[in-house]
Amino acid sequence: MNKQAQAVIMLLFGGAILKASLSDLYLRYVKEGLRPFLIGAGLLLVAAAVLTLWYDLRGKAQAHGEHHHEPKVGWLLLLPVLGLLLVAPPALGSDAAGQAGTVLTAPGTDSDYPALPPGDPVDLGLLDYASRAVFDGGRSLTGRNLRLTGFVTPGPDGEPMLARMVMSCCAADGRPIKVALSGEVPAAVPADTWIQVVGTWTDRTAQDPVNDAKVPYLQVASWQEIAAPKQQYE
Amino acid sequence: MTAPEDVTERRDGAPGDDTDRTPAPPAPPDGPAPGRRVGSVEILAVLLVLLVVFRNPLAELVSAPRLQTWTTVFVSVLVQAVPFLVFGVVLSAVIAVFVPRSFWARALPRHPALAVPAAGLAGVVLPGCECGSVPIAGSLIRRGVTPAAALAFLLAAPAINPIVLTATAVAFPGNPEMVVARGVASLIVAVAMGWLWLRLGKAEWIKLPARPHEDGSRLKAFVAACRHDIMHAGGFLVVGAAAAATINVVVPERWLQTLADNEALSIIALAVLAVLLSICSEADAFVAASLSQFSLTSRLVFLVVGPMVDLKLIAMQTGVFGRRFSSRFAPATFVAAVLVGTGIGAVLL
Repeated sequence: MNKQAQAVIMLLFGGAILKASLSDLYLRYVKEGLRPFLIGAGLLLVAAAVLTLWYDLRGKAQAHGEHHHEPKVGWLLLLPVLGLLLVAPPALGSDAAGQAGTVLTAPGTDSDYPALPPGDPVDLGLLDYASRAVFDGGRSLTGRNLRLTGFVTPGPDGEPMLARMVMSCCAADGRPIKVALSGEVPAAVPADTWIQVVGTWTDRTAQDPVNDAKVPYLQVASWQEIAAPKQQYE
Repeated sequence: MTAPEDVTERRDGAPGDDTDRTPAPPAPPDGPAPGRRVGSVEILAVLLVLLVVFRNPLAELVSAPRLQTWTTVFVSVLVQAVPFLVFGVVLSAVIAVFVPRSFWARALPRHPALAVPAAGLAGVVLPGCECGSVPIAGSLIRRGVTPAAALAFLLAAPAINPIVLTATAVAFPGNPEMVVARGVASLIVAVAMGWLWLRLGKAEWIKLPARPHEDGSRLKAFVAACRHDIMHAGGFLVVGAAAAATINVVVPERWLQTLADNEALSIIALAVLAVLLSICSEADAFVAASLSQFSLTSRLVFLVVGPMVDLKLIAMQTGVFGRRFSSRFAPATFVAAVLVGTGIGAVLL
């Protein structure tokens, strides 16, 4: 591969990174906090590509015929370009959620759950709901109408569950948080559909067969389909 | 003037054991630009046109759920690594072009056995992912730093820095001793591997790829070093990301469940998993926390092995240091990390 081809690949790679980080595309793959670094890295890649081209074209005039073994493996950088610009795969969904165990792990020793904010129903994250339900015995949840948002994923018994992926760095470490549903269960909704459910806490729990962690239930009163949120990870 | 980069480059290895040196036809030493049949720019152009034309069939091809998960994980590993890769490449180009050789002689203790722990501790202050430290370590060796010290830095930098240790503390709120155990075990492995290299390592195992020699301005040399490392380390990063995504999708977590009950088995299982998953060192603590069915010691081993040996790193080390190096260094580091991690876990956890 000569320098011009390398420059074009760097330009495409940097451009793909820039395009993903300037739109909301990057949120499907990494945390929001990485954005400034992605933009910086994309700009540096583009700058390196432009300077390479400039030196190469200017150098042609002086015609120094050095020939180097340039890294062939660099061709592979076209794959992420292809992935970002042409395919742009969706955020992790029910397929990944079914593969891994729910992320609910034992809390710290001084787990103290403050009262829920006002609101009827009150919006609650899945992870927050699950840890309050399992580790706090639902104390802070009783008597409240709760609204949870997530995607539908088939549970081990075939019943639909509510799930969301929890990501700490990038989608490779994405782990699901699962909440089982009882009552007005959204039956016959295809997997990966985003829904919002309103319901109340119940002390029923199930066990995730993948890692034996507890999965709390939610007694559903109503539910509705919604569009996928901008930030799909929790 | 051009920086004298070639002093530590070794060209005496067996032919064909360098990864990107396929037996190319002998290059015309001088003269006008070599007349080639089909240039790489033309190949690239045709490839791009084909990709755009067949965009829809391609998207169709990866629409199966499992394949889609693979693509998502593959792309996200790369997107996550890009800032660290670019940062590492730029820093390594700065080391190669702008930092004089004499600096390293002054900055590190003269005796190699002392330079190793010093370099290991220097790794502590550099926050970053493992993708950045590979090109930096390569650059340090080029600039005359003793390989043992550069390797200690390579292992220590991603494993023990403030960001990684903070993440570990957040992931294990009930076990602050995990942070101490991780830091101590990782530093011991890094320094031990450096000293092991001093005793057993052979200089000819490390074969740094020939960097282009640029005449003219320092900026030109800087750009050339950046371009070369991005294409090289970046290409191998793609290989590693693809391997990690495959493991991520193919190995169901359920298999692990059966191993968790036996302590020895679970240590080995999590050590191997750390190699296969290739999770960024800033995130692996959260994954370890979610593997709650395993003992703390086996999860410590997961955290010690992961930043030092994983598929992505092995691919990049093969690219930057050569196959003869990585085929020896990676298994040795793996064994050292498992032993030290288990020992520290037995004492501290």
